[in-house]
Amino acid sequence: MIDETFDAIVVGAGMSGNACALTLAQRGLKVLQLERGEYAGSKNVQGAILYADMLEKLVPDFREDAPLERHVLEQRFWMMDDTSHMGMHYRSDDFNEARPNRYTIIRAQFDKWLSRKAQEAGVTLLCETTATELIQDAYGRVIGVRTDRTGGIVHADVVVLAEGVNGLLGSRAGLRAVPKAEQVALAVKEMHFLPSETIDARFNLKENEGVVIEAAGTLSKGMTGMAFLYTNKESISVGLGCLVSDFRDGQETPYGLLEAFKRHPSIAPLLAGSEVKEYAAHLIPEGGYRAVPQLYGDGWLVVGDAAQFNNAIHREGSNLAMTTGRLAAEAIFQIKSRREPCTKANLALYKTMVEESFVMKDLKKYKDMPALLHTQSRNFFLTYPELMSKAAQNFLRVDGTPKIDKEKATWRSFVQRRSWPGLIGDAFRLARAWR
Amino acid sequence: MHIVVCLKQVPDSAQIRVHPVTNTIMRQGVPTVINPYDLFALEEALRLRDAHGGQVTVLTMGPPMASDSLRKALAYGADRAVLLTDRFFAGSDTLATSFALSAAIAKVSQTFGAPDIVFTGKQTIDGDTAQVGPGIAKRLDLLQLTYVARIAELDLAGRSITVERRAEGGVQVLRTRLPCLITMLEGTNEMRRGSMADALRAARAEVVTWSAADAGIEDLTKCGLRGSPTVVKRVFAPAARAETAQMVPPAERDAAASAEVLIDALFTRAPALEADLARLAAGY
Repeated sequence: MIDETFDAIVVGAGMSGNACALTLAQRGLKVLQLERGEYAGSKNVQGAILYADMLEKLVPDFREDAPLERHVLEQRFWMMDDTSHMGMHYRSDDFNEARPNRYTIIRAQFDKWLSRKAQEAGVTLLCETTATELIQDAYGRVIGVRTDRTGGIVHADVVVLAEGVNGLLGSRAGLRAVPKAEQVALAVKEMHFLPSETIDARFNLKENEGVVIEAAGTLSKGMTGMAFLYTNKESISVGLGCLVSDFRDGQETPYGLLEAFKRHPSIAPLLAGSEVKEYAAHLIPEGGYRAVPQLYGDGWLVVGDAAQFNNAIHREGSNLAMTTGRLAAEAIFQIKSRREPCTKANLALYKTMVEESFVMKDLKKYKDMPALLHTQSRNFFLTYPELMSKAAQNFLRVDGTPKIDKEKATWRSFVQRRSWPGLIGDAFRLARAWR
Repeated sequence: MHIVVCLKQVPDSAQIRVHPVTNTIMRQGVPTVINPYDLFALEEALRLRDAHGGQVTVLTMGPPMASDSLRKALAYGADRAVLLTDRFFAGSDTLATSFALSAAIAKVSQTFGAPDIVFTGKQTIDGDTAQVGPGIAKRLDLLQLTYVARIAELDLAGRSITVERRAEGGVQVLRTRLPCLITMLEGTNEMRRGSMADALRAARAEVVTWSAADAGIEDLTKCGLRGSPTVVKRVFAPAARAETAQMVPPAERDAAASAEVLIDALFTRAPALEADLARLAAGY
C-alpha cells in the first residue's frame, strides 16, 4: 500500500480523464492518474474530429503546439445505396478562419500531447497500471483504488472514473450497470496513407484544409449504423460502426461491412492507391440520454464515455468527454475549497453542472432518437436510402417519359414500400424525436 | 554493489512505418521502446541487486525524449537514471557511441561509486551491430563476457563472477574478476512488473541529465558525426517480390496423378528446376 493520500485519483487517460486531471492540477490539487495503456492514447480510438471550443476551455492556446491534422472546411452527409450516394455538402471559406472550429486529429498523438499538458500542470501519471477494484470503507464510501501492481493500493478523497465505455471498475463495484448491447456501437476504422498532395487533389483542398464525409444507408445492411471518411494530413481515416445488438442478431461482420464500404463506387476512387497501416476497433456509447447512469456517489464521479456521454446524432463524443471531465474537476475543486468532504450530497454539484451545460441539454433533445432508429432501422437505413436514390435517378434520367408520370412512379414506389400510414408515422416519429 | 545498465531507446519495430514515397523511416508518431535486448540486461541487474544488495544505475545516450525510456526503467525498479544528451552526439556510430558512454560511465563512477558490473543488451534492434558493449569494455579496460545466458554465481567478497556463455556448438562456463562488462542474451529472464511504489517513484524522479561537458568529454571530435567513421551510403526499400501463389486443382481421387499435376505446374513455373534436380540426382 502507498502511504501517501491524493486529493483525487483519475482512472483513465483519454479525453475525459486528461481534461479532468489537467483541470484539477491547474487548480492546485494533488492528482494521481492511472492508465492501463503504455502511454496516454495508446488504447484510445476515435475517428477523429476535435471541436476547438471545448479544448480552448482547457488549453486556450492549444493551436500553438497540439498535433492537429487538418481543419474541417467541408462537411458531406451522404445517403447511400449500393451504387449511388446522394448528399448534402457544406463547404465554406468562413471555416478558413484564424481559429478554426473543427479539426481532424489522430488520437494516439493528440492524447499524448494533452497528457503532457496535464503532467506539466503537476499530474502524476502512471501508465501500464490498471485499476482493478475500487476500495470502499465500511459505509460504502469509495476511498481509493487497487491496481494490478504489487503494493498497489492507493487512497484518495475522490475517485473519478474516466475509464471509457466498457470500463470494468464502476460496474464491478456495482455503481453502474454494464452497458446493454443496444446501447453501444462497435466501430472499426482503418488508416489509409496517401501523400498529402494526392489528398489535396482528390478532395479539392489546399494545405491543412480537410473534408469530412459521414454516410448512412444500405452500407449497414439495415442495421443502425454509420460510416465515415476523414482526411488527415497524410492519411485518410475510414470506418464504420453499427449497434452491437445488430451484429449479435445478424450475420454481418464489422470488417465485412467496412470492406464493402471501401469498395463502394463513391468511396473506392478516394482511397485508390493508398496503403493501409492501421486497423482499430472500439465501442461507442449510443444509448443517449436514457442510458446515462448514476453520475456520482460517496467518493466517486463518472465522466465521459463511461457515463455514456456521446451525442450519436451529431457525432460528438470527445467534446462531451472533455466537458464532463472539466466539470467534474470544477465540482471537486469547489467542494475542496469549502474544505468539505467529497460525499454523495456534495458531489451532486457535478450533476447540476452537467445538467446546466450543453451536454445534458443536447442529449435530452434527442432522447427518443436511439430507440426510434433502433426499432425502425430497416426503414431508415435500407428502405429510404434505396427509395431516395431511385427517386433522384428517376428525376435526373431523361428518357422521354412525361415528367408527371415520373413523379407518380416515384410516389407509388414510396407508398408501395412503406404504405401511407407507414410514411406518415415515420415522418411524425422522426420529427418528434428531433424536436 | 553498484551495477550500471546501458539502455537504448529505439523505435518500436512492430509499429515502424516506411514513407510510401520517399522510402525513409517515418519516426514521427512511431512509439519508442527500450531496446528489447536491453531489458534482459536490466532484469538480470535488478535480480543481482535484489539478491546481493546495492544499486542499479541506468544510463542512455540520446535525445531529451530518451528520458521516457529511463523513466520506464526506473518504474521497473532501477534506482537511478542518467541521460547523456547533447547536440554534439547527433549522428554517432558505434565507435562514437562507445566513446561517449564510456566517458559517462567514468563520470557515473566518480559521482555515484565505481560499478562492479556494467550490463548491456546483446545488440540493438535498430543497429544490430553488437559493437557498443565490447567497445565500452575495451575503453574502460573491463573484462568482457558477451552473449551471457545465465549468471551462475556472483562472489562479491572474492570479487569474481561465473557465467554461462552461449557459444557456437555449446555453452562455455566462464569465471572472471570484477569489475566486468556483460552483454546479456535474449530469453534469459522475464522483465518484472515494477511495484506501485516503484512506478510512483519513477513518475516523479529527476533524471540526471548530462551534456558532453558534464560527462567530462573534452575531445568533441570523437563525438557524433565527426567522430563516426561509419557512413550510411544509401537507404532503400527492398523491391517487392513478384512471387505469387497458384492453386493447382487436384486430379480426381488419384494421389499419384495429383502429384504429377503439381510437379508439372512447378516445372512450368520454374523451367530451370527440372534440369537442376536431374543434375543433382546424377551425382548420387
